Amino acid sequence: MAKRIDVSGLTAYYGSHKAIEDISMTVEPRSVTAFIGPSGCGKSTFLRTLNRMHEVTSGGRVEGKVLLDDEDLYGAGIDPVSVRREVGMVFQRPNPFPTMSIFDNVAAGLRLNGNYKKSELSDIVERSLKGANLWNEVKDRLNKPGSGLSGGQQQRLCIARAIAVEPNVLLMDEPCSALDPISTLAIEDLIGELKERFTIVIVTHNMQQAARVSDRTAFFNLAAVGQPGKLVEIDDTERIFSNPSVQATEDYISGRFG
Amino acid sequence: MGTPTQITDAPPPAPQPSLDKRAARGATRPGDRIFLGLSRGSGILLLVVMAAIAVFLTYRASLAISKDQGNFLTTFQWDTNLVPPNFGIAVLAFGTVVSSIVAMVIAVPVAVAIALFLTHYAPRRIRGPIAYVIDLLAAVPSIVYGLWGALVLVPNMTGLFGWLNDYFGWTGVFSWEGGAPRSMLTVGILLAIMILPIITNVSREVFRQVPQMHEEAALALGATRWEVIRMAVLPFGRSGVISASMLGLGRALGETMAVATVLSPTFDIQASLLDPGGGTFAQNIASKFGEATEFGRDALIASGLVLFVITLLVNGAARAIIARRKEYSGANA
Repeated sequence: MAKRIDVSGLTAYYGSHKAIEDISMTVEPRSVTAFIGPSGCGKSTFLRTLNRMHEVTSGGRVEGKVLLDDEDLYGAGIDPVSVRREVGMVFQRPNPFPTMSIFDNVAAGLRLNGNYKKSELSDIVERSLKGANLWNEVKDRLNKPGSGLSGGQQQRLCIARAIAVEPNVLLMDEPCSALDPISTLAIEDLIGELKERFTIVIVTHNMQQAARVSDRTAFFNLAAVGQPGKLVEIDDTERIFSNPSVQATEDYISGRFG
Repeated sequence: MGTPTQITDAPPPAPQPSLDKRAARGATRPGDRIFLGLSRGSGILLLVVMAAIAVFLTYRASLAISKDQGNFLTTFQWDTNLVPPNFGIAVLAFGTVVSSIVAMVIAVPVAVAIALFLTHYAPRRIRGPIAYVIDLLAAVPSIVYGLWGALVLVPNMTGLFGWLNDYFGWTGVFSWEGGAPRSMLTVGILLAIMILPIITNVSREVFRQVPQMHEEAALALGATRWEVIRMAVLPFGRSGVISASMLGLGRALGETMAVATVLSPTFDIQASLLDPGGGTFAQNIASKFGEATEFGRDALIASGLVLFVITLLVNGAARAIIARRKEYSGANA
């Protein structure tokens, strides 16, 4: 049940510091959109405004609109908790709950959302682990702790946990930056499969990765340290990496930055 | 597309291995040697002190127990001046364990709640002051708690005792015959207040160390604040809270002056927590030591040995609980 994200005039603050300014873009359903840009340009901050995680940070606040299909995530009376149940997130460092088994990790979100019978739960856990290409590796040790898995497996476990609740959107904040190339490849393959069911937004520092996995690429930049980050352009990935319309994008992707 | 460059911060280059030969013999440098000696010496000293205490307790206790006419573990009397002497620790063991359990039942939930409030709910600016007040509680000498308990707590317990007797008296545990409330429940409440700061402080430290990424993982799944605590914070802090509780329990088991000041000691076991009477190891030693004969002191030391053993058992049990779920511990994160 992938949904379209429509952002208009979004500005986010940390206390009085403006982190990103006036960002507008549309993210199509069942596609992968990559955010690239130098460190500190606000791409992670922007990602976190899409599931209202930004405001969890002390002093974090947001102005502007984020429409998920037609619903404004920042509208009056919208509960951020229910937003996060619709918009899943995978983090930079794999963060399975260390005190839970593999099974319980995947079931964690389901148990929050409602009462499932044991058999339903097992089915969903199996389906999610298969969806995350992890089932074959862990099916014999579902009740072992998730922290015993390798980094790449842990990250796929986190993906399984996120997709188990069938979100409309999946946000990924540099999901491969803590992983080795083989594990990275596994996650990238997985992203290709997941985009058939979800709207995926991925922040990455690795431009080859953006080129490999995404359909659309957004380039963020900031004028200087301390200045708010801005969206420079968003376009089809092929175009961004071959013939971007803004000179700064070209400079960044060709390594001639600054 | 040009050559894509890695924009992330590259790790600093590893320091070149030193060719200085002294570096290879690390432990023989004077600084290392001194530190090794100090830390090893401290470790050995600790073991020696523990062994010395155990030997002293066991030796003096054996002098007394060998002459005890009654069964040392089950006798309900403490007559060390009789010929032959007749004494046992049954009442003391019961009172010590019961008052400590009461204290733990009251203190642990409250302490965990305070710790969670301070780490996850309280506005930042009042966290410091509240933590400071709790630290102050820990600094009050136990005799002051005892005086406060005897002069303020005891006279004000009658209302609670009457209420408990009215509604829960049928259980037997909360029945009350109307005696002065110098009972195990009052002692337990006082002990709970005394052990609250240590449990709160240690739990607060543990909860503060829950990695942000675990809390964010729960939040991103759509957990409410309470669900974040239940999914990420409490499981992560579990072993720490157990350790904190053991520190508190150790203090409750061994507390002397506060118990001696509040309790009306008798040498019998009450089913009710409300009726006055009973005793604890530490309180009994403190009350009797001054006027005890040489033999009486050996008998008191024998009771101290039992307290020592109980404390060891409790700590062992706690460690076993923590070890049993080690592979799920937050330390693997």
